[in-house]
This record gives sequence, structure tokens and C-alpha cells, in this order.
Amino acid sequence: MSRRAGKNGKDWRLGAVAILLALVIWQFVAVVIVKYPFILPAPTDVFSAFISLLQKGEIFLDLETSLIHFFIGLGLALLVGIPIGIVMGWSGRIESLIDPLIELLRPIPPLAWIPFAIIWFGLTSFSAGFIIFVGAVFPIIINTYSGFRGVPRVFVEAGKMLGCTKIWDQVRYIAFPAALPSVASGIRIATGVGWMCLVAAELFGVSNYGLGQKLWFFYSLHQMDSVVVYMILLGLIGLAFDMIFRYYVDKHLLKWRTGEVA
Amino acid sequence: MAKLEVHDVSQSFPRDDGSILTVLDHISFDVKDKEFVCILGSSGCGKTTLLRMIAGLDTAVSGKIIIDGEESTGTNPKVGFVFQEYSLFPWRTVIDNIAFGLEMRGVCQEDRYMVAEWYLDLINLTQFKGSYPSELSGGMRQRVAVARALTLDPVLLLMDEPFGALDAQTRNMLQKELLQIWEKTKKMIVFITHSVDEAVYMADRIIVMTPRPGRICRNFEVLLPRPRDRTSVEFAQVRREVLDLINQNCSIQ
Repeated sequence: MSRRAGKNGKDWRLGAVAILLALVIWQFVAVVIVKYPFILPAPTDVFSAFISLLQKGEIFLDLETSLIHFFIGLGLALLVGIPIGIVMGWSGRIESLIDPLIELLRPIPPLAWIPFAIIWFGLTSFSAGFIIFVGAVFPIIINTYSGFRGVPRVFVEAGKMLGCTKIWDQVRYIAFPAALPSVASGIRIATGVGWMCLVAAELFGVSNYGLGQKLWFFYSLHQMDSVVVYMILLGLIGLAFDMIFRYYVDKHLLKWRTGEVA
Repeated sequence: MAKLEVHDVSQSFPRDDGSILTVLDHISFDVKDKEFVCILGSSGCGKTTLLRMIAGLDTAVSGKIIIDGEESTGTNPKVGFVFQEYSLFPWRTVIDNIAFGLEMRGVCQEDRYMVAEWYLDLINLTQFKGSYPSELSGGMRQRVAVARALTLDPVLLLMDEPFGALDAQTRNMLQKELLQIWEKTKKMIVFITHSVDEAVYMADRIIVMTPRPGRICRNFEVLLPRPRDRTSVEFAQVRREVLDLINQNCSIQ
């Protein structure tokens, strides 16, 4: 491996070159071949749209609104999903009680809940949050559940021999830490799915702001360069969530896993 | 004076076809204070089942187990257990693994670390106190597991082939270390193994079991003085006696 190689052996410079190259090709195709900014705005158009949006300042309000929607949804999904996953993983009877219900509800696309979201919560942040919740809660339930199911028996027995006999202590001191890698990866998937639901959740007018809401707003004004700005923003924020989450989890919560062969 | 009494313990499981599989058949034996007993038997003879019942992890169909004067009814802090497979909590550092039992008792961190450090020193792993189990070799992990089982100061230490997964050299080293720990702490130890060499090297007394259903075949006192030398003529003689005993009387009927 060369010195330029990152910790996973990939040379980041190659990636940077590819992004630059893609921008150049995009610019070329947009300006020389397509020529209609409505059909394909050039990167330079997008950049100037970004600057003017920054100057207007509404973009920050959009960001704030979207983050509120997102964290309402994800927060509720954690609050509901983790306890359900825990009891399902811990007790076979509760599992057989709840599992069919979950398997029936899970395949319904989150967006299909939009009508009821509006009826139940009105045009509020909570109805957008609800759609995100529906997208995020199932990966959390399922990963928490499978994490708890997979706790090695020897850990529970070793704990019992050392006086960890109350069921709540067994969950807290043994099952939960043992299941944490699985729970964390469920939350990570949920973050991704929840973020993807955001655009659609904001589409039905729960607020005058929001990244998804603005994407549709600028589309209706045929300002496609601004649409692209919001697309890129959505992508970058999703990426940032994922990176922050992974960094935090690997460095703090799951430090013990470094060097362990899975 | 601590004592372990196993009275007429039997264990059986129902099979799929409705018949009953007897795993242990009327097992009785005592372990005296400070005695090191090895239970020797081939795989499938029910020795792990027996140990798990003494530990209180499983319940016998009949018979009773009396530890230090009290009839056993489940897991008991007077009993420490070292598992065959790696059982350290991978999310806890070495010292937090060792201190786990004290933490469950509500001992404050400062006090439990003090005790844990004493045991860390006993197993010569002080410099690994902040390491995670994944950073340790197999032999070190089992040493930590021994220390963890000792921190609650049990009267009885149960060990289920704890060195079975280790290479021969590490295994010999750990046997020696365990004997030193035993000299210092003087616990009763019930140690399960299928290795005649290991049993003769470690035990005051070897209980030889026959398989299917598990029965006690013989009690064999090992009178060799300690420390034992596994290359000596006397050692080889005792080994041969045990092997002969197994071949003549205690093999599968």
C-alpha cells in the first residue's frame, strides 16, 4: 500500500479525480450538447443558484425545518422501536405475538401512510415526522430484535454465575451491550430510510419550508438549478449523518470491536 | 470447612421419539475442603451436564446437591464457573470483566477495582487491565475468566474444560498457573477434562466417568507429591494406571 492510501486501503485522490471529471463532463453535456438549463442545468448554474439562495437565507430555515421533521420521526422510531425489539428478542412468546403484526405492516410503503398522516396529525410537522417514523421504525425493531435474539447464551450464564440474576439487570448489563452492534446498524439503516422519506413527507405541504418542500416549490417555478441545489444538499446531509453516526459509534460505543473478527 | 455433596443425582431428557435419554445415572460423590477434583470422561458422558447442575444452571431430575451445607436451588454466588468457550464480555475491559460480579453486588468502582487489581496481579496480567478481550490471546482470556470467577470469593470453583481450546504449550503453562492460584486461594475445584495427562497433573482425586448413561466408574486418588513433573517415571506410572483403568473397566459397555 502506498502512503496515499487511506485506512481502508483506498486512495482518496482517485475518488476526487472522478468527481472532478464527472463535473467537467456534466458541464460539457449541459452547455454544449443539451443547451437547455431547464432540462439539464450546468454545474455553474447550480453554483450560482446556490449562492443566491444562500444570500436570501431561506435555505437555513429549510434545513432547520427538515431537521425538525427528521428528528421527530427518528426520535419516535427509536422510542418505539427499541423497546419493541427488546421485548421481542427477549421473550419468544411476545415475539410470536407481535411478529405477524409487524410482518404485515412492514411491507406497506411509508408514503402510503400519507393520507392518514394528514387526517391524524393535520398539516403539521408531526405528520411529516410520522411518515419518517414509519420508514425508520421497522429497521430499528428488526435489528434490535435480531441483536437480542443472538445474544450468546454463555454471556447470560456467565452473568448469572456472577450474580446478575434479575431480568432487568440481564437486559441492561448483558443483552443490551451484546446486542448493541446490531442495534446500531439498525439505527444507521433507519437514518438512511428516514432521510429518504423526507422529501415525500414534505411534499404534501406540512410547512412552507423544508428541503423537500423547496425542491418541489422550485420545480413548480421551473427553476431547475435550484432544484439541483436542494438535491445535492439532501444527498450531502444524508452522507454527513451516516459519517457522523459511524464515527461516533465506532469510536465510542463499539470501541471494543476494533480488531475483533466478526 | 467448605464441602460439596452430590447425592444420587440423575438427569434425563425426552427424545423426539418419546423415549427417555438418561444422561446421568445416580451420581454421588463428595468434594472435601480445598480439594482439587478432576472429572475425567470421554465426550458425551454427561460431565458438562453434571457441572452445570452443580452450578445451578440446570436442574436435576432427581437427587440433591449440597454446597457448603446449603441445598442448591439455582445459581449461587458461592460457586464460580469457568466456561469452556470464551465467555468474557467483549464490550468490557479486562478489569471491568473481573469486577463484574462486585458491580452486580453494588460495590463502588474504587473498591471493586482494588479487588480486581489484586486478582489481575494473581494472574499476572496487570498490564492488560484496560484492554478489551479481543486484544488478548486465548490463554490470557481464560486466565481473566478464572480471575473473574474468583472475585466473589466462591467456596467452589467449577471449570468446564477451560483449557480445551488452547495449544499444548499454553495449556501446560495455564495448568501450572492454575495450580499456583489454587495453592494461594485454596478453593475446592471441580475440573472437567477428557485428558488423562491433565487430570493426573492437576488433581488430588480423579473421578472417572463412563458414558451413556453417565455413571461414576472409579475414584482414583493421585498421591504424587506436588509440584508434579510430567516427565518423571512416577507420573508416567500413574498415567498408565488411569489409562488401564479406563480401558479395562470404564469404557463404553
